[in-house]
Amino acid sequence: MQLNDFLNHTSEWLKGTGPHSDIVISSRIRLARNLTKAPFPHWADKTQGKEALEAVEAAVRKHSYFKNTFSFRLDDVDAVDKQFLVERHLMSMEHAQKSENKAVIIDTDEVIAIMVNEEDHLRIQVMQSGFNLFEAWGIINNIDDLLSKELSFAFLPEWGYLTACPTNAGTGMRGSVMLHLPALVMTRQINRVLAAIAKLSFATRGLYGEGTQASGNFFQISNQVALGHSEEEIIENINGLIRQIIEQENQARQALLAKNRALLEDRVNRSFGILKSAYIISSDETIELLSMVRLGCDLGIVNKCMDRRVINELFLITQPAHLQKIENKKLTSQERDVKRAELIRNKLKI
Amino acid sequence: MLCDICGKNPATVHLTEIVNEEMTELHLCEACAQAKSQQMEQQFGLSDLLAGMADFDKPVSKEEIVSSQCPNCKLAYTDFKKIGRLGCGECYTAFRKYLGPLLKRIHGSGQHVGKVPIKLAKTIARKRTSIDELRLKLQKAIETEAFEEAARIRDQIKELEKKPPEENAAE
Repeated sequence: MQLNDFLNHTSEWLKGTGPHSDIVISSRIRLARNLTKAPFPHWADKTQGKEALEAVEAAVRKHSYFKNTFSFRLDDVDAVDKQFLVERHLMSMEHAQKSENKAVIIDTDEVIAIMVNEEDHLRIQVMQSGFNLFEAWGIINNIDDLLSKELSFAFLPEWGYLTACPTNAGTGMRGSVMLHLPALVMTRQINRVLAAIAKLSFATRGLYGEGTQASGNFFQISNQVALGHSEEEIIENINGLIRQIIEQENQARQALLAKNRALLEDRVNRSFGILKSAYIISSDETIELLSMVRLGCDLGIVNKCMDRRVINELFLITQPAHLQKIENKKLTSQERDVKRAELIRNKLKI
Repeated sequence: MLCDICGKNPATVHLTEIVNEEMTELHLCEACAQAKSQQMEQQFGLSDLLAGMADFDKPVSKEEIVSSQCPNCKLAYTDFKKIGRLGCGECYTAFRKYLGPLLKRIHGSGQHVGKVPIKLAKTIARKRTSIDELRLKLQKAIETEAFEEAARIRDQIKELEKKPPEENAAE
């Protein structure tokens, strides 16, 4: 398998299917695991880092379950390809910073991604489209069981799985849900919602995880607490919270339709118009405008509606590394803005 | 007044900094002020927060903290306080008395109730039941005011909780 193969493939999280996929883009679960006694990646020397990497790769190779996965060692991946993987949510920005003894193991469907030697020896991730955390948990729980037959994970009965950062100790689990909340933003209720989320010990992040700003009305919400609750309890807690946010977003959407329909139609269709006719467009503007078009399609107020999958895909392929992969050459920021506009015009030609 | 950093744009933000008890005044333009505030935010990261939390209560002497080191990976507790990351799984046992309160503060709990690795599942399940049984006994001992007995059972529970689980034979 080569990275270029992914170009003609829709990432699992962009399929636009699954429960509540008008508001929930994707659900993701990650588990942090470490090998017993081996120093954590940041504290390991070259040989120890290599040993950990080889042990994990060997464990994965051993099971037929992983026969459709491929390990990309970051030493062999160039900067654009690394960014490409980050844009596809297959690895973190932090993982892309350094290469030595780091790898990411991905399956062809892009459901499973295992980062090796990120902050912990293993960061296993399973991604599902729509509001589907329990489905993701079922898959990842099985992967964890298979790997733990081959690998011995650092664990203490009272503190659970031991991680480089004590904030992840316990279940080592983080469940996160990516939400599209344009109506809560437009009705200026979002800050109230985010403040409530923070009070309940959940974290809100932007499109690309840790340290990123929310853009285009996308918010990633995840649990902070990993110790003292079972995995199922944690997921149930996230689900309860997400259900309420979905309800609030739906109410805000209906309120906008009822009270400000003309304004909403104007914003949505103007956004559509710019996307269809611009010759230079930045990535930020693209996300903002696509967000409006997505809302318009969800509410049926765009003249010619597109499949949600097409809109979702546009979010991805207009990102810098994707543009460069599609064009198959390095592009400056200005060149990208021109190519991006061209790509969008072609995709939106009706 | 022009910005103290770039010297080009008019200063609109006025900042008073106190470093080592010395007060300095900075007059900055908006762009430079923003860059400066980002820099300040970066300086105060997660490791500082964790280190700060770990320091809240000081049950042990400073010398003891300085000298404590993980026998497996040689990370010193002072390293953890600097970088906010532990060195290996064994560090949790080596720094048990400092990490216990820290974990409780972060997660609001100090007892894992979630998944257990397959290899350890049987021994841990057995241990969890024996701890549960001891807790029941402890409660009874307290109810009947048999305090010496209660203290003995409490120590037994503590011992059991500390003991690392043995892997059950490969299945």
